[in-house]
Amino acid sequence: MSLVTDPTARQAEGFRVTRSQRNVAWTGAVALIVVVVLAFFPYIVYSGTTAIMVQGFIVLTLASMWNLLAGYAGLVSVGQQAFVGLGAYFVLILALHGLSPFAALPVAAVASGIAALPLWWLVSRLRSGYFAIATWVLAATIMLVIEKFPSIGGGTGLPLPGFAGMDPTLLTAYTYWAGLAVTVLALIGIYLLLRGRLGLVLTAVRDDEVAARSSGARVGLARLLVFVVAGVGCGAAGGVLAISQLQVQPSAVFSVQWTAEMAFAVIIGGLGTIEGPIIGTVVYMVLQQTLASYNAWYLIILGLVAIIVALFARRGLWGLIDERVNIRLFPVGFWLRTGDAANRRAKDARNG
Amino acid sequence: MAWVNAIIQGVLTGGLYALFACGLSLMFGVMKVVNLAHGDLAVVAGYIAIGIITVTHVPVLWSFVIVVPIMAVLGYVLQRTVLQTALDRSVLTTLLVTFGLSVVIENGLLQFFTANSRGIGASLSLVTGAFTIGSQISIAYLLLLIFAVAVAVLLGLQYFLSRSKYGRLIRAVADDKEAAQLAGADYRHVFGIAAAVAFATVALGGIAFGMYSDLDPTTGTDTILLFAFAAVVIGGLGSLWGTLVGGVVLGVAQQIGAQINISDELLAGYIVFLVVLVLRPQGLISRGVQS
Amino acid sequence: MKGDGEAGAGGDRGDAPGDGTPLLEVRDLVVHHGQLRALDAVSLRVLPGEVYAIIGANGAGKSTLLRTIAGLHRPTSGSIRYDGKDVTGVRPERRATQGIVMVPEGRRLFESLSVEENLKVGATYARPGPWTIERVYDMFGWMQERRNQPTAQLSGGEQQAVAIGRALVANPRVLMLDELSLGLAPVVVQRIYGMLPQILGTGLTVLLVEQDVSQALRVASHIQCLLEGRTTLEGKPADVTADQVEAAYFGLAGAATASQPGEGSEG
Repeated sequence: MSLVTDPTARQAEGFRVTRSQRNVAWTGAVALIVVVVLAFFPYIVYSGTTAIMVQGFIVLTLASMWNLLAGYAGLVSVGQQAFVGLGAYFVLILALHGLSPFAALPVAAVASGIAALPLWWLVSRLRSGYFAIATWVLAATIMLVIEKFPSIGGGTGLPLPGFAGMDPTLLTAYTYWAGLAVTVLALIGIYLLLRGRLGLVLTAVRDDEVAARSSGARVGLARLLVFVVAGVGCGAAGGVLAISQLQVQPSAVFSVQWTAEMAFAVIIGGLGTIEGPIIGTVVYMVLQQTLASYNAWYLIILGLVAIIVALFARRGLWGLIDERVNIRLFPVGFWLRTGDAANRRAKDARNG
Repeated sequence: MAWVNAIIQGVLTGGLYALFACGLSLMFGVMKVVNLAHGDLAVVAGYIAIGIITVTHVPVLWSFVIVVPIMAVLGYVLQRTVLQTALDRSVLTTLLVTFGLSVVIENGLLQFFTANSRGIGASLSLVTGAFTIGSQISIAYLLLLIFAVAVAVLLGLQYFLSRSKYGRLIRAVADDKEAAQLAGADYRHVFGIAAAVAFATVALGGIAFGMYSDLDPTTGTDTILLFAFAAVVIGGLGSLWGTLVGGVVLGVAQQIGAQINISDELLAGYIVFLVVLVLRPQGLISRGVQS
Repeated sequence: MKGDGEAGAGGDRGDAPGDGTPLLEVRDLVVHHGQLRALDAVSLRVLPGEVYAIIGANGAGKSTLLRTIAGLHRPTSGSIRYDGKDVTGVRPERRATQGIVMVPEGRRLFESLSVEENLKVGATYARPGPWTIERVYDMFGWMQERRNQPTAQLSGGEQQAVAIGRALVANPRVLMLDELSLGLAPVVVQRIYGMLPQILGTGLTVLLVEQDVSQALRVASHIQCLLEGRTTLEGKPADVTADQVEAAYFGLAGAATASQPGEGSEG
């Protein structure tokens, strides 16, 4: 019997590493057009619609953050509502001291990111199940602590000052643009982040953590960075929430329902891709609007759909689309272009 | 004296928390499933009991006999179908699926039963009676009974795990499910049994809680799940009696918090939980791999 | 070539030799680990009462082969027949209850269980047969005394004994031993392999994977060598030369199947 002398075929072919399978300039242009069109909405649609859009922006931002945490960094947090609440309260506190809520928004976002640091220190060593519960407890604890301060409303909350005398239409327009800006910045920020070295590290960790660590990847640092970014993003969303509600109530801003909404949107849309949360948010908003009068139903249906998708269509709706159409709106992966022979060999191996 | 009363209350409440916690610990120890819907299952059991009592007017204590087996069967089925499928996918999926279940259950209860809180058996003298020592110490019969039941359940669980065939299988599968397969055991079936036991204990806890306090659709996550988890963490994962220790520590911490400031009961418990998580994730009784 | 553990005639064997139908037959098994092809069209036939040894270097696919036969791994293609029936799609626990029991690599005892509890688990779904926990205690004299000890307190050799005992009490027809000698002192390994006649005496057939080639040659009645997932040698120990084995093991030119006995055969 002869020896195994099959030389690796790789030497025979060259390889080219590219960033995307199709031309991304197209999708970039389309995205820009979409954003510009959206920006004009306050001029062309009713304020009722913009209000719904603002809700959508909040959920989309939250979903993108949750996706970053769970889909890329492997951190399943059930306590992101902590940052939503913190963002809202930071806006409130700054507004109480005279700053315009819109100006307070970016400050509140940054403050939420800073707040993420000690929280990370508390939970960073915990593994998945523990981590999830710990984030939940943290959120509940933060809410209870905040409720003890009557100066910011105690258990009942406060209306958000700083809008006195503002024209209501203008207010809704500003709120809308604030929401749009936060969402666009969040998506761009995540895209840039994942396109860079952080994205590589996270993907490596996702595939094989031990191997990633041993090849020098700073896993802990990567996760910290993701947690802080998520803190900033969720905090910003919380700020928009406060502005859109014109008040800050602890039970509303710290509700675990936010986590439910962002998690379900991501699961249904597709975990681990930037496009997934977008689709998921759309599904979520459609469901919510259709079933608006049936209160708890949309969460029940959303939850059931999320469970079914998690079990049977792991990559979500975007995954189903992606398999057929093969586009990446936000290309953060790498593609290996190989010669045909290697592809044929790979196919043979698969069919064994 | 009020402090003594508080501490006794706290210790006894620990029994209730242990009832909630042991099922969570079992499911995590055996299947590595963190069941975020655990607390909601207790509430479901309570609601089923309320429903049965309302419709059939059976004596309140009968509800245990009827509901606990129902929940055990539900546990087996849920584990073999939904949870096993999730487990086959990944750890992440089980977390997401149980979270989804939690939300679905809560909103389902909300939809069908409204947000009003309900209790079980408020007219029973057992539920309202207490025996008093001196003028400051009052120990509710119910609380004492619940503590006794909790201890009995833990004893029963310990016996089951250490002596019975299925108890051995559960421990074996928890150690190494492949090796158990090689010995002829279908681990999916064993997982199902473990889930059935977990659901049964949490059902007991849920009905007891419904008698002691009131249930509403969000009680599952607001209170029960966090208490269960806190008790497990404080007492140490993998330790059965640790859940009692954890429950007692939690209960006492809460009562102390309540003595300081009546609204700090929950907060005190959470803080103890967080402190333990940070300092000693293995808990106060760390015994490594045994249960 | 005879060794202490060589299977020969004699003993109260349940499976009668002679008619040549294999108890276990593997045909053209292809197994992948992800994209890596671990086994490439491997075949083997184990006759009742044999001691069939599979040797080969690390990564040759030996353990993969055993694990696939045990049902822990699903083959990409090929078939596994046991006692005339196709078991390729049967779940591992069912194969065990039908009589294919494996002692896995690294022992893999249940750590939170005592020695006796480990045996009891092995006996839970046992087939009827001569092996009982008492009989295992008879074979390993020291075990009964220490039956309530946690297995972590045992030495490597003792743990291996418990692992074998756990498999035996299930009363298998085919006992599979995966890398018995791993991590054990040679003296201990010899002692354990010394038990083989007793085991075979009750009618079992043994399929084993062994890194230690000379040990395998000493106990086996049939031998097969794997290299990078393919069979490079197969035959009776008496019919192969040391050179042939070495060539097959390392994949040197000149390896051949033992269709003709070499001269001056040694183990």
